[in-house]
Amino acid sequence: MTTLSPTRPERGGKPRGTYSAIPGESAGSPPWRALKSLLLLVCVLLVVLPFLAIISTSIADPAQITEAGGFVLWPDNPTLASYTALLSGGLVSKAMMVSVGVTVAGTALSLITSIMLAYGLSRPGSFGHKPILMLLLMSLLFVPGVIPTYLMVRQLGLINSYWSLILPTMINAFNVIVLRSFFMGIPRELIDAARIDGASEWSILTRIVLPLSKASIGVIGLFYAVTYWNAFFNALLFMNDASKWPMQLVLRTYVINNASLSGGQLDVAAGAPVPPAQSLQAAILILSIVPIVVVYPFVQRHMNKGVMIGAVKG
Amino acid sequence: MTMLRQPAAPPAGEDGGAEKPRPRRLRPAGRRDIALLWFAIPGLAAMLLFHYIPLLGNIIAFQDYQPFIGITHSPWSGLDNFGVIFNGDDQFLRALVNTLELTLIQVVFVFPVPIVLALLLNSLVGERVKKAVQNVLYLPHFLSWVVIVALFQQMLGNTGMLNLFLSAHDLGTWSIIGNPDMFKALLTSQVIWKDAGWGTILFLAALSRVDSNLYEASAMDGASRWRQTWHVTLPALRGLVILLLILRLGDALSVGFEQILLQQTAVGLDNSEVLDTYVFNNGLVGGQWGVAAAVGLVKGAVGVLLVLGANKVAHLFGEEGVYRS
Repeated sequence: MTTLSPTRPERGGKPRGTYSAIPGESAGSPPWRALKSLLLLVCVLLVVLPFLAIISTSIADPAQITEAGGFVLWPDNPTLASYTALLSGGLVSKAMMVSVGVTVAGTALSLITSIMLAYGLSRPGSFGHKPILMLLLMSLLFVPGVIPTYLMVRQLGLINSYWSLILPTMINAFNVIVLRSFFMGIPRELIDAARIDGASEWSILTRIVLPLSKASIGVIGLFYAVTYWNAFFNALLFMNDASKWPMQLVLRTYVINNASLSGGQLDVAAGAPVPPAQSLQAAILILSIVPIVVVYPFVQRHMNKGVMIGAVKG
Repeated sequence: MTMLRQPAAPPAGEDGGAEKPRPRRLRPAGRRDIALLWFAIPGLAAMLLFHYIPLLGNIIAFQDYQPFIGITHSPWSGLDNFGVIFNGDDQFLRALVNTLELTLIQVVFVFPVPIVLALLLNSLVGERVKKAVQNVLYLPHFLSWVVIVALFQQMLGNTGMLNLFLSAHDLGTWSIIGNPDMFKALLTSQVIWKDAGWGTILFLAALSRVDSNLYEASAMDGASRWRQTWHVTLPALRGLVILLLILRLGDALSVGFEQILLQQTAVGLDNSEVLDTYVFNNGLVGGQWGVAAAVGLVKGAVGVLLVLGANKVAHLFGEEGVYRS
């Protein structure tokens, strides 16, 4: 964000200490502390409680849902009926597969191209470095807009193709700049030594730079993965064919717009009761959050560093 | 290459040790530089294809664009498409007013929340608790707008948890979702819920750089906690606040596109149409390609001008701003 200055020397991208050791102001008298703790507790509950309520509803017994009038805060006889109905081959299983596929393929492609681009730009003064960096930075300022992007994708014949969910968002200039800062923070001596030993640029990248930047690549990978997983608008624009919908469109149609799932879209044994709409909706909602919640813990400890290097460099 | 940045340094490696340092401009692009260029090519190609070439697509703002005959054959129409802007078309004005209102609301109500939250976190808890709280508060940032809108509906909708609870206790109902009068408040609270925690990262980082001697010195001079906050902590955040406000200004004409689009049908266009949805509804849905592109183009141009202008103002006041000139 702040690094819109290509001419500024950007060496030593290490943050000056994380904020783990904040001396800070004194915490204040006990009543103040209690009040502050309470405020933070409320904030945390505001985030956590909706999820708990939705999870409860998704696994609650149909009878309890009817009794409660729709939503359940604490399930008595938890059942996975709505998840099995959704995940054994119907519309939602297909959408999950589309979303996972697009996310995995897209993240891999984005990471490879972004790492290469960032590495190519990581040596100030190299041939062509300045105009390319300029081009990258300018893209943050000039955004093409919805209609020209749509025309481009249509021109390339990518409507209804999974590529339309990947290619337009493949390179994020901001992520490339963050990666570049990381790469430039790697001691120059290390790279020079490898070069004197006869290493090619490719082996310097794969054997020295990448192993040293695992954490940052993890964070950037998470950012890309989240973008692909969450891509709603691109899917809305480019995917007219409902059988190719990713999860976000399913979520919009069946939860936000409240369309009801017909029998053919669920996998329920003949004669077996269809789970109530509320628990199906809650289950779809949970399914579209789960991948993020699963990946999140692996990356979150690197998150502060990743964000700060990109944003407020030392 | 290292020595390119330090012309005086003795040349090394493949350039040959006996050569004298030459002025930088005359130095031929070495093979290794070319190798670096190859690395950049795939990413650069994607960039050009989906970022710079589409920029040219804005040309349809000056055309009577017909999808079936394409850009090359559509007739030119001069500035006709810009008429809605300059003649003050009602629909356009409504979108503009809503956009500006929402921006103003968000600067006043959304912008300060991360600062307050960061001050709270910073001044209070032990390391472990703090980390745990942060990790919980960051999470919503990673959810899509679809998920967040769905969550809000399940919680606050007419058949959502809040209203079920209220009616179960004979407290009547409270229409929040789908209520045009509540719409802007709803949008604002969704933005806060999603991004306030994430927004604290930058402020906490800035706070971590405050010299602890300043606190000690001010305590020596008898400053109370409030005065410490006022005279030490807040000034330390000033540069960052100005920077973020400038960046926000660049987005002044773009407010919550996906977020609004998802909830627009429930409340009608009067309160919910903003410039981005205007472009979408008129262009891609309504087929007025040229007009929508014209509005999009002007919107983008104004955004760029606002950032550049605000940056200039920041420089005048002696702040660093987004970039140094």
